[in-house]
Order: sequence, then structure tokens, then C-alpha cells
Amino acid sequence: MKIDTLRLTAEEALGLIERKEASGAELHRAYLDAIAERDGELHCYLRTVEAAEGEGVPIALKDVISTKGVETTAGSRILEGYVPVFDATVAARCRTAGLPTIGKTNTDEFAMGSSTENSAYGPTHNPWDPTRVPGGSGGGTAAAVSAGLAPWGLGSDTGGSIKQPSALCGNVGLRPTYGTVSRFGVVAFASSLDQIGPVAKNVRDCARLYAIVAGKDPADSTTVDVPEVVLPEGESLAGVRIGVPKEMNEAEGIEPGVTAAVQRAIELARELGAEVGECELPRSVEYGLACYYLIAPAEASSNLARYDGVRYGLRADAEGYYEMVERTRDAGFGDEPKRRIMLGTYALSAGYYDAYYGQAQKVRTLIAREHAAAFERFDVLVSPTSPTVAFRLGEKAADPLAMYLSDLLTIPSCMAGLPGLNVPCGLSEGLPVGLQLIGPQLSENTLFKAGHALERALGFDPVPERLR
Amino acid sequence: MGFARAATRFWKDEHVAITREEVLHVARLARLELTDDEVERLTGELSAILEAVSKVSELDLADVPPTSHPLELVNAWAEDEPHESLPLDDVFANAPAREGDLFKVPPTA
Repeated sequence: MKIDTLRLTAEEALGLIERKEASGAELHRAYLDAIAERDGELHCYLRTVEAAEGEGVPIALKDVISTKGVETTAGSRILEGYVPVFDATVAARCRTAGLPTIGKTNTDEFAMGSSTENSAYGPTHNPWDPTRVPGGSGGGTAAAVSAGLAPWGLGSDTGGSIKQPSALCGNVGLRPTYGTVSRFGVVAFASSLDQIGPVAKNVRDCARLYAIVAGKDPADSTTVDVPEVVLPEGESLAGVRIGVPKEMNEAEGIEPGVTAAVQRAIELARELGAEVGECELPRSVEYGLACYYLIAPAEASSNLARYDGVRYGLRADAEGYYEMVERTRDAGFGDEPKRRIMLGTYALSAGYYDAYYGQAQKVRTLIAREHAAAFERFDVLVSPTSPTVAFRLGEKAADPLAMYLSDLLTIPSCMAGLPGLNVPCGLSEGLPVGLQLIGPQLSENTLFKAGHALERALGFDPVPERLR
Repeated sequence: MGFARAATRFWKDEHVAITREEVLHVARLARLELTDDEVERLTGELSAILEAVSKVSELDLADVPPTSHPLELVNAWAEDEPHESLPLDDVFANAPAREGDLFKVPPTA
């Protein structure tokens, strides 16, 4: 049978397999065919995997996830040709679950960016409008799921790299509670923030994939025990208390079309029986971005010290050792990692540590406390995921501070280690708008339930109009 | 310096000047051999970004404890049992240069 991957959800693909209407290998082939047809324009994949391993639903993996025997570059020249000799725990769990890898998806270099334009291998294009960015850093996975080039995929999120691309591409992305998914074998950016999470066409698929990858891992000592995942079913929001943080919904820079779509979704939540009330997160929003852009670069400057040309990756020619290390790093890192390494090194250096890094760590405490206070009254907080719809390629590429603002609304909850779900809630200017649902730590089941009910009521069509 | 400051209250608008010498010093700490063009560009960019993130200094947080980690985890213990490590050929599979069972590098002196 001819499999049309464009609309196929993971659950539907699983149905095909269970009814023996298609095998895992046939599905895998169908996705490779779709990639051959549509990925020339979009560039979601850095490389595909020809051999289908496993009899389950195929999956796309962001190229920060180590895959044994399959090149893994994190979108960087410094890792060009690097072939891991072991699987990341999440890749191993997908393998154990029988999910054949379709390929490795494009990412901003070391997951640093909000547009996927920082990939050393060229940008990914948004399937809704190829002149626009898919968001980032996980633009490859998000665009692939929207364009029917993968039924689901894994991304990584430090300050918004799963939620924001899902918002810009019109699909469902979960940044799970910090510690619920192992980071072992995933290229590190900022270790106190990095989380792996699922991207899918709908909330149930997202929950299914989360159930496969989540759980304690002896190889990552920051992982925790995870409550059993409940696949969402109902359409009611009765008894769910939804908070609308004023600052997150009225922040400077949120486009009117985004506000309108989010307001409609909030109204709908009320109609579905939710108790909706206003709340405040004043300092989380006002100071979150500045806090993040000290802590994340500081941790990145430390994590990226390992790229020294000694054990793996690029090595530049030089007479002496230190010269070799410095040349390798200059030749191998692109502009954004260099900017963040420099910023982080400065913020951690003698004389500046307390004023920058130390102060940012205290702001982080404030952010966590503000969210904890809001969750005494509410089960879920809602806001736009991204202040804007997908912007044009090149529009913000030369202005780092403008680019950093893309993550204004995703960052605060990341600082507090909270789970966040993006659910598409409508269109503005013909482009998807994302609704962000934030919950307390380990409240994924609540987010799935609320997201699923809203998704059913909203009736958003996740297939880009130009591909229908 | 070429990029327009995003006019917004989420960044602080206070002049922080980073000198060329400071950029070179930090680049040395970070082991980055920057080109002259990069040093010039980063001098401007880092000044602008540091200005923006200095916003955290507006708050008086003398009594607030720092957060280094989002979870309150203390001591994740593992059994102290020997297990197999990667075979050496795997360890060296991606090495730019190997000599016997060692990573080969240029001289440090």
C-alpha cells in the first residue's frame, strides 16, 4: 500500500503496524520517500538512516542526540565526522522500543539559537512558508513533523528549543520537568537547564513518546522517578484551575494576532469547564531573559571546553599544544557559540563572578518562588509560547539581542525546571500560533489532559496549508 | 558596532564598555584564537549583551540564596561495582591522532 505520511500521526502509524497493514520498515521507507520529495526545500535533516532497525513507528532525532554508528554533529563544524561509539540513553530507549531512526535533524549549533539559522550546515525552512524560520534550536525536528517527514521526534530544550519551534511550526512539543528524561549521551549546552523532550502532531502522540523516553537512568544522576504516564482522553476541563499570568500575556512585543489566538483558546478553556483566573509573575518575566543569558552561557563556556582537538572532533594544525587547541576552537565554532563562550567566560571570571553569575543564580531563586506561589492557586499557567509567529530568514540573524527575545516567554519556567507544553491554537497572518501550558514539576499528566482537551476543541489542522 | 539595540524593558540600558584588551584576555581564558575581525566585532557585541544582562543588578538580593539546580537532589548514590569500560579501539575511534594507547598531541612546551 502507498502510505501518505503528510497527515499520519504516530498513533495511526501504530494502528497500521498492529493491523499488519504496514511494517516498521515500510513506514520508514515511506518517510525516506517523503524526505526525498520535500526535504530539498526544507532541509529538516542533516542525514538520513537508510536501514530500518525495529518494527515500530519511525522517529526523527535531533542531531544533539548521540546515535551509535550514525554521525552526530550538534550542527557544528567542530563535530563534523564524529561518529558516536555509544547511544544516548534516549536513543537506546527508542531502539529498545523498536522505533527505527529516520535520520538526524538540523539544529542551531550546539542548540544555541531560536531560528536554526546558526546551524553550520545551513538553515531549515518553515513548512508553512519556506521564506520563514521554523524556530530553534530544534527547527529540524519541528519542521519535519509538520511537513510529514516524521510522525514524531525528539528535541532538546534549554530555554525554549522544543516549545518555540513547535509553536512556529504548528505542532505539539513538550519540554518535560527537569530530571525526568536522561541527558546521558546528549551533547551538553547548559546542564542545569538542558532537557530532552518529544515533538508530535498531537498531544496523545507526545504523551506516548514521553512515556518511552522518560524515567530514571543510572547514567544520569540528575534523573528522578517519573509518575506513570496517562494517555489523555477526555474533553472536559472541569476542575482544572488555569492561571493567566498578566506579564506573560501582556508583554511588550507580543503580536496582536498572537494575543487574539491565545485569548480565544483561554475563552475555550473556560467553556470546557476550567476555572480561569489572572495571576502575576512580575520578576520572572522582567528578569528572566537577563538571568538566562548569564546562566546558560556560563554553563556553556564550561561544557564546550571539552572541544579541544584532543580526543574527538576537529583538530587544526599547529606546532604546539595550546596553539592547536586555540586554532581548533576558532576554526570549529561558529559565531553564536563563540559569543556565548566569551560571555560565559567573562561572567565567570575573577572580579565579575558575584555581580553576574552569582546574582543571576539568586534571580533564579526568585523565579522559582514566584512560580511556586502561582501554583498554590492554579494547576496550569497559560500564555503565548512565542511573542511572534515565524519570522523571515535573516530578519534577526544579525541582531543577537532581538533573536534572544524570541524566548522571552519560554525561559522563565525553564529556569524553575518546570514542564511546558506547546499546543497550536490558531493562525495569525496564515502562520501557526502556539499556546504554552506550564505546570508544577512532574505535572506532565495534567498538561497532557489540558492540552488534549483544548486541542480537540480548537480543531487546529497541523498540516501546513500549502502542503494540503 | 552594527546591531540595533532591541528597545525593551527586558534588557537594561546602561553603558558597559568592554575593551579590546578584555576581549583578548577572556579569549585567552576560553582558549579561542580569534581573528582581528572577530575581536573587533565581539568587543561591540559583548558590550551590548553585558549591558542588557546587567539588568539582574537592579534587584537587591542580599538575603536570597542562589539556585544552582532546579531539583532539590542530594547525593545520588550508585553501587561501587566494577563494570566494563569501552574497548580502547572505541575510545580512540574518533581521535585525531593516536599513538599506541595514548592520544597524541603536539608538544606543550
